[in-house]
Amino acid sequence: MLSPAELEILLLTLKVGFTAVLVTLPIAFAFAWLLARASFPGKVLLDGLVHLPLVLPPVVTGWMLLLAFGRNGPVGAWLEDWFGMTVMFRWTGAAIAAAVMALPLMVRALRLSIENVDRGLESAARTLGASRSRVFFSVTLPLCGPGVLVASVLGFARSIGEFGATITFVSNVPGQTQTLPLAIYSALQLPGGEGQVLRLAAIAIALSLAALVISEILARRTARGRHVL
Amino acid sequence: MSFDVDVTRRVGETQVSARFSGSGLVVLFGPSGAGKTSVLNMVAGLLTPERGHVRIGTETLFNAAAIDVPPERRRLGYVFQDSRLFPHLRVRENLLYGHRLAQLEDRWMAYDDVVRLLDIAHLLERWPRGLSGGEARRVAIGRALLSGPRALLLDEPLSFLDRARREEVLHVVERIRDSLKLPILYVTHDEREVERLATQIIEIG
Repeated sequence: MLSPAELEILLLTLKVGFTAVLVTLPIAFAFAWLLARASFPGKVLLDGLVHLPLVLPPVVTGWMLLLAFGRNGPVGAWLEDWFGMTVMFRWTGAAIAAAVMALPLMVRALRLSIENVDRGLESAARTLGASRSRVFFSVTLPLCGPGVLVASVLGFARSIGEFGATITFVSNVPGQTQTLPLAIYSALQLPGGEGQVLRLAAIAIALSLAALVISEILARRTARGRHVL
Repeated sequence: MSFDVDVTRRVGETQVSARFSGSGLVVLFGPSGAGKTSVLNMVAGLLTPERGHVRIGTETLFNAAAIDVPPERRRLGYVFQDSRLFPHLRVRENLLYGHRLAQLEDRWMAYDDVVRLLDIAHLLERWPRGLSGGEARRVAIGRALLSGPRALLLDEPLSFLDRARREEVLHVVERIRDSLKLPILYVTHDEREVERLATQIIEIG
């Protein structure tokens, strides 16, 4: 079974992963909606910015987060002044790094699902008496359901696997920012740590597989037979 | 209750315009691509005319100068050519979608009566993707009737149906016209339907 230290790593990884997905989901949906439905000047630029974390070396993303959220960075100083809090070397910082890295993947999945919604069904709902907001919640969003699920699974998988941006941004602090990949990295540095690496790697595989299986089961329930992956 | 419609709009390369008034079953007749569906969309509020007006009974739904009632407040039962049933809802929930949104005093037709009129009792628990074309069309008509409309807009309701199913849907349309006395705007390019149904014929294109 898991040792207390391994359990702590697993729980921290799950906490970071779930937080990152939950925080990113509405933001990603808003970006996906803008990119799928709206037309405005600078759309190409927004598209590029959203996708930047996907193509940048993660260490660069981490460094930029460090600049923004560090004690002297614009966001970091603001958080310190107003809330007296910092995300540096904290699990919240790890969640932010994971969220930023997961954002482009989630936006892509959500955008695709929004673009696939038949606009004709939305007009039909309007003629039946539904306001724009009711159409969104009763037709558009349910039809995006499988896409939301795909986005969440992709985002979660990306989050629990995040390494480069996290270690650059919030370092490798056991109990705070040391998620599974960082713990595996630390174990690799230790002489005779192969056994530990093996155990942690097994946990990582089990976790990823569980995420896929659970998402597939949920997809069958919500999408009635349509595969998500 | 009667239609009073005068709308004009450029749709792609075609200048679509229609002008008519009257009650009963008004057929919009003309070749494919003449813009018949665009006229229905303008009446329903899904497409904004460049100029003109749309009145039903005494209420003005569109007037280029000032008034543009949004589709959800026009109370027009629109049956689309492709039925457009909500794929994530069972037939029963599709039927009740507009019914639940309608004001109580506007619900002039009861759910059970609609189910009987359209003979769809055996379909209520099914998903839309499991329905045949004719079944989906009848459900779409039922959904429109249940939303408490003051008029029906039917876009080629017989297209893609085999002969038996056409007869079935034609029968329903006649019953709506004669027993329910609901004004109907009916789009078709088939002359036989025109002869059989129309109180008034408007040629488009």
